[in-house]
Amino acid sequence: MINKQAESLAAAVADIKDGATVMIGGFGEAGSPIELIHALIDHGARNLTVISNNTGSGRIGLAALIANKQVRKMICSYPRSANSMVFPELFRRGEIELELVPQGTLAERIRAGGAGIPAFYTASAVGTLLAAGKETRQFKDRNYVMEHGLRSDFSLVKAARADRYGNLVYNKTARNFAPIMCTAATTTIVQVQELVKVGEIDPEAVVTPGIYVHRIVVVTNPAQESQLVKENKCYP
Amino acid sequence: MLPVTAPGKISTDWSRQDMARLVAADIPDGACVNLGIGIPELVAQCVPAGREVIFQTENGLLGMGPAPAPGQENPELINAGKKPVTAIPGAAYFHHADSFAMIRGGHIDICVLGAMQVSAQGDLANWSTGETDAIPAVGGAMDLVAGVKKIFVVTEHTTKNGEPKIVAACTYPLTGKAVVDRIYTNLAIIDVTPKGLVVRKIAPGLDLAAVQKKTAAPLLDGGATSL
Repeated sequence: MINKQAESLAAAVADIKDGATVMIGGFGEAGSPIELIHALIDHGARNLTVISNNTGSGRIGLAALIANKQVRKMICSYPRSANSMVFPELFRRGEIELELVPQGTLAERIRAGGAGIPAFYTASAVGTLLAAGKETRQFKDRNYVMEHGLRSDFSLVKAARADRYGNLVYNKTARNFAPIMCTAATTTIVQVQELVKVGEIDPEAVVTPGIYVHRIVVVTNPAQESQLVKENKCYP
Repeated sequence: MLPVTAPGKISTDWSRQDMARLVAADIPDGACVNLGIGIPELVAQCVPAGREVIFQTENGLLGMGPAPAPGQENPELINAGKKPVTAIPGAAYFHHADSFAMIRGGHIDICVLGAMQVSAQGDLANWSTGETDAIPAVGGAMDLVAGVKKIFVVTEHTTKNGEPKIVAACTYPLTGKAVVDRIYTNLAIIDVTPKGLVVRKIAPGLDLAAVQKKTAAPLLDGGATSL
């Protein structure tokens, strides 16, 4: 019988090795899989390359993973926001690497990686610093820059509902990067608020088909980043 | 940003609200529009009665509505500026690659963005001052200017220190080359054309010479009279 439910958060992340590339879903706090990230902090894998749109806020979730010196390099589009101090501090001290990518290029690189496309051309960033040193090519009357697909060893994402096959449904703008990150990983680990019986999710409404999902952990009441930041919480 | 009543400001300047209203007046019925952070956010509340405009936010929502009532905020329903919003009836959610397919595939009609500098050729700089200790962050700006059909910039005409933001050539790192179609400032509305910058409208009490004085690129007279 197919059952992708992991025993625990700890068991779900137990084989993430030092040096792994990890995609982490979320746009700001929306869709950030905080409990999985905290499990990764407990697990302790280091020297990670993390692909995520932002760098977290306060000292919880992704920011805590970075503060715990587990991340060697961030690939993201917007590494600073209102309450992010951890990444800027480490970056200014030269203790973390940054690959800055336009948000649409980041999304397309992940989509391409998941779809087996090694590289593609885009007009985004042409003529800017972020295209410097990259191959460009003219199609018809316009210039494009070549960008490479991205894949990960693990993707950690949050969804609203799953069944044991791994079919997923998300909540509003918490969906953001999660569906494409599921496609781009060797192992996709999902925290969901609710696990339902197979057949309960309308096939017409499935956003991520189960083929892209390998492990599911139920976190019924996930923490909200902004609430933890407001309470000045710190992890661990 | 300084309030319009700040010392040294001309009392007849358009306010941020005025600028947002002028932008909204140029958005046709049925348009799909993406709004940047800052003054562009005000545009959503200024759509003239009788026009239906659909707002896209690049974090995965087409049909973005106004901010929710206090207490009704949902941390999983936010805009690109990470502020709580609502979804209108008929809205759609989608993932990031779909969202940027709308943007990069030329499906969005208008994008309204802020600026640090705009050049006479329509080059836009709005993501980095290039300072070495600044943390670079670009978000979706480069994708928006590369893919959206029309790019409107809305900005104060000068910096807080009175330096022109409309310049012959940008000194800050570019967001995109030759991408801006129209500039709305507190002093004027200016079109970027192959001939150069053409002034279409001027704020009350000002004339072309007064606007030119605060602009570091030549302005052409588009027959604008002070409103």
